[in-house]
Amino acid sequence: MIGLRDIAVVLGEFRLEMSLDLPKGARLAVVGASGSGKSTLLNAVAGFVAADAGRIEIDGRDVTGTAVAERPVSILFQDGNLFPHLSVFDNVALGLRPDLRQSPGDRAAVDTALAQVGLDGFGPRRPGSLSGGQEARTALARMLLRDRPVALMDEPFASLDPALRAEMAGLVQDLCEARGMTLMMVTHDLRGLETLATHVLLLAEGRAAAFGPAEALRADPPAALLPWL
Amino acid sequence: MASRAQPLDPVARAGIGAIGLVLAVTLLPLAAVALAAEGEARLSASDFAAIRFTVLQAALSAGLSCALAVPVARALARRRFPGRGALVTLMGAPFILPVVVAVFGLLAIFGRAGLLNAVLEAIGLPRIDIFGMTGVVLAHVFLNLPLAVRLLLSAWARIPAERLRLATALGFGPGQMERHFHWPVLREVLPGAFAAIFLICTTSFAVALILGGGPRATTVELAIYQAFRFDFDLGRAALLGLVQVAISAVAALSVLRLTDVRDLGAGRDRAMPAWPGLGRGAVVLDWAAIACAALFLVLPIALVALRGAVALPGLPGVVWAAAGRSILLALASAALATLLALAAAALMQAGRAARRGVETASFFGIAVSPLVIGTGLFLLLRPLASPEALALPVTGAVNAVAALPFILRSLSPALAEAQATQGRLAVSLGMPAWQAWRLAYLPRLARPLGFGAGLAAALSMGDLGVIALFSVTDTSTLPLEMYRLMGSYRTDDAGGAALLLLILSLGLFYLFDRAGRAG
Repeated sequence: MIGLRDIAVVLGEFRLEMSLDLPKGARLAVVGASGSGKSTLLNAVAGFVAADAGRIEIDGRDVTGTAVAERPVSILFQDGNLFPHLSVFDNVALGLRPDLRQSPGDRAAVDTALAQVGLDGFGPRRPGSLSGGQEARTALARMLLRDRPVALMDEPFASLDPALRAEMAGLVQDLCEARGMTLMMVTHDLRGLETLATHVLLLAEGRAAAFGPAEALRADPPAALLPWL
Repeated sequence: MASRAQPLDPVARAGIGAIGLVLAVTLLPLAAVALAAEGEARLSASDFAAIRFTVLQAALSAGLSCALAVPVARALARRRFPGRGALVTLMGAPFILPVVVAVFGLLAIFGRAGLLNAVLEAIGLPRIDIFGMTGVVLAHVFLNLPLAVRLLLSAWARIPAERLRLATALGFGPGQMERHFHWPVLREVLPGAFAAIFLICTTSFAVALILGGGPRATTVELAIYQAFRFDFDLGRAALLGLVQVAISAVAALSVLRLTDVRDLGAGRDRAMPAWPGLGRGAVVLDWAAIACAALFLVLPIALVALRGAVALPGLPGVVWAAAGRSILLALASAALATLLALAAAALMQAGRAARRGVETASFFGIAVSPLVIGTGLFLLLRPLASPEALALPVTGAVNAVAALPFILRSLSPALAEAQATQGRLAVSLGMPAWQAWRLAYLPRLARPLGFGAGLAAALSMGDLGVIALFSVTDTSTLPLEMYRLMGSYRTDDAGGAALLLLILSLGLFYLFDRAGRAG
C-alpha cells in the first residue's frame, strides 16, 4: 500500500499538499490539468523530489528519506525508457543488474519477462527497429524484472495509438493482478482505462479535488471530474 | 511521384544565381590552379616536408583537442555552478576570435617573453620555445578545443532527461554511467569532431604564418603563400594548391560522413537533471577540468585586453586606417554572405535535390581553402586588372563564400519552419511572393539572419588569408597590419592593434546578433 501522511512539496510558487491511503494491489489513475501537480506527486513517491514535510510510506515502511534506487518502486517513464546502444535483451536485463553481469538464471528471467509482454524472440534487436508499442512493452518487461511491490507510471500510454493503448492497459492490468502490484499512474485521459484503474485521484492546484474508488466516482462523479471521464 | 504544387518564388530563383556565384568563386579558381599546375613545376623535398607537417600537425591538433574536450565537456554536462552559462558561451567565442589575436594572446603566456617563461626562469628551469610544431598545435588546440567541447556537450544535452532519471531509479554506479552515457556519446561524436578539427587545421594559414615557418614547420598553405609571394613561382603554388585541395577534400568528405554539419558552430545546451553514480574522484576531476579549461581560454584573451589597453590610444594612423578598411570589408562581406545565404536557403526548400545541391556547393567554401581560391583568382584576374587593386573586393567575396555554410546551418531550418506554417497561410491567402517574404518569412528569420551576419562580419574582420596574398600597404586590413607590427617587433603597437581587432570582431558580431534578436 502507499500512504502519504501530510506531505508537502514546494517548488517555487507551487505547493503540493496531500494525504492519501492507497490499498495494496490498487491501481490509481492520477488526473488533473497541466500544472496541477500530477508529475510532482509521482516524483515525490519515486524520490526524484524531496518532500518538504510529511511522510511517504510504502507497505508500512517510511521511505521519505530513502534514495530513489533503494525505494521499493519501479518506474515507467513516458519517453527515454530505452538505451539505443543496447539490445532489447540488455535493456530489459538492466532491471535485474545495472552492470549487466547475467547468470544463466538471470538470462532465463529476462526471457520470461520478454515472453510475458509478448516480445518472445525480440531480445537481439535494437530499440531503433521497434515500433512504439514494442518499445513500451520492452520498458514494461524491465519494470517487471525489478519486481518491486509498487509501479509508478508517468503517462505511459501517451504516445500510443488508441488500439495499442487499450492493449497495453490490458497487459499492465494482467501483470499487476498476477503479481499483486500497487500501481500509481499519471494520465491525461481516463478513457480506455475503465478496467485498469481501480481508484482515481483528481488533482487541482496541488490538492486532491476528488479521490476514491473508480467505480463509485464514475457512478456519481463530482463536477470537477466530469471532463476527465 | 508528386511534383511541387507551387512554382519557385523569386528569392528561390535568385538562389540559383547565388549558388552559381559560389561555384564560380570556388571552382573557376580551382580550374585556373589546375591548369597552371600542368607546366614544368615539380614539388621539392621541402614541399613534401610541408605536406607531412600539415597532416601531422592537423592530426595532433585534432587528437589533442578531442582528448582534452572529453573531461571538460563531461564536467560541464554534469555540474551546475554560477558562471556555467558564461563559460559555455565563452566556448563559442574562439570561433569568431581573430586567429592573429588568439596567437598574440598565447604568445603573451607561452612566448619567449611570456608569463610562463618568466616563471620558469624565476625558479631556475630552462625556458621553452613554442615556435614550430609545439606552437602550431597549441594554437590549434586553443581555437578548436571549444568546438569539440560544444559538440560533445550538445550530444549529451540531447539525451532525454528521463533516461538519466531511469539511471537513477535503476541505481547506476560510475561504471554503468561510463558504459551507457559516456561511451555511446564519445563513439558517436568524436570521429566527426576529429574530422572537422582536422579539416580546419589543414586549412589554417595564419597560425602557421606566425608560429610556424622554416623548413620543419611549414604547412602546405604557408608553402603556397611563400611560393606565391617570395618566389612568384605560380606553377609550384598551383601544384601545392592541388595538394591542399586533395587533403581538404578527403577531410571534408570525412566531416560530411561522420558529422551532422548542423551541429558545427553554436551547439546546444540545456539544464539537465543531476547525474547519478558520481564518486568523490569524479567531483575533483570535474572541477579540475573546468578550472583548467577556463584558465586556458580566458587568460590569453585577458592578457590581450590588459596589454592592448595601454597601447590603444597611441596607435599609429596606419593602424586606424586599416581598421576602417576592415570594418567596411566586414560589412560588405556580411551583406554579401547574408544575401547569398537567404537566396540559397530559399532554394533549399524547393526539394531534396535542391537541398543537396546547395549543401554541396556551399561546402566547397570550406573544402577549397581560401589560399587556393586566392591563388586561382590571382591567376584569373591578372590578365584583366591589377590583382593588388582588387585585393579588398576579392577578400570580401572569398570571406562571404567561406561563411555561407555556417549561416545556412541556422537559416535554412528557420525558413523551412516559417514556410511550413505562415508560408502555407500566405499561399492560401493569395499573397504575392514579396508580401509573403515581408510579412511571413523575414520577421521569423530576423534572429538567424542577425546571427549569420554577425558571424560573417566577425570572420571577415579577423581574416588573415587571401588578403596576405594580394595586399600592398594601402589596401592592408587590420589583421594584416597587426601581423606586420608583430613581424617588426613593435609588440606594444601590435598589442593595441590586437585589442582593437578583438573589440571590432566581437562588437560587430554582438551588434548584428542583438539586432537580429530585437527584430
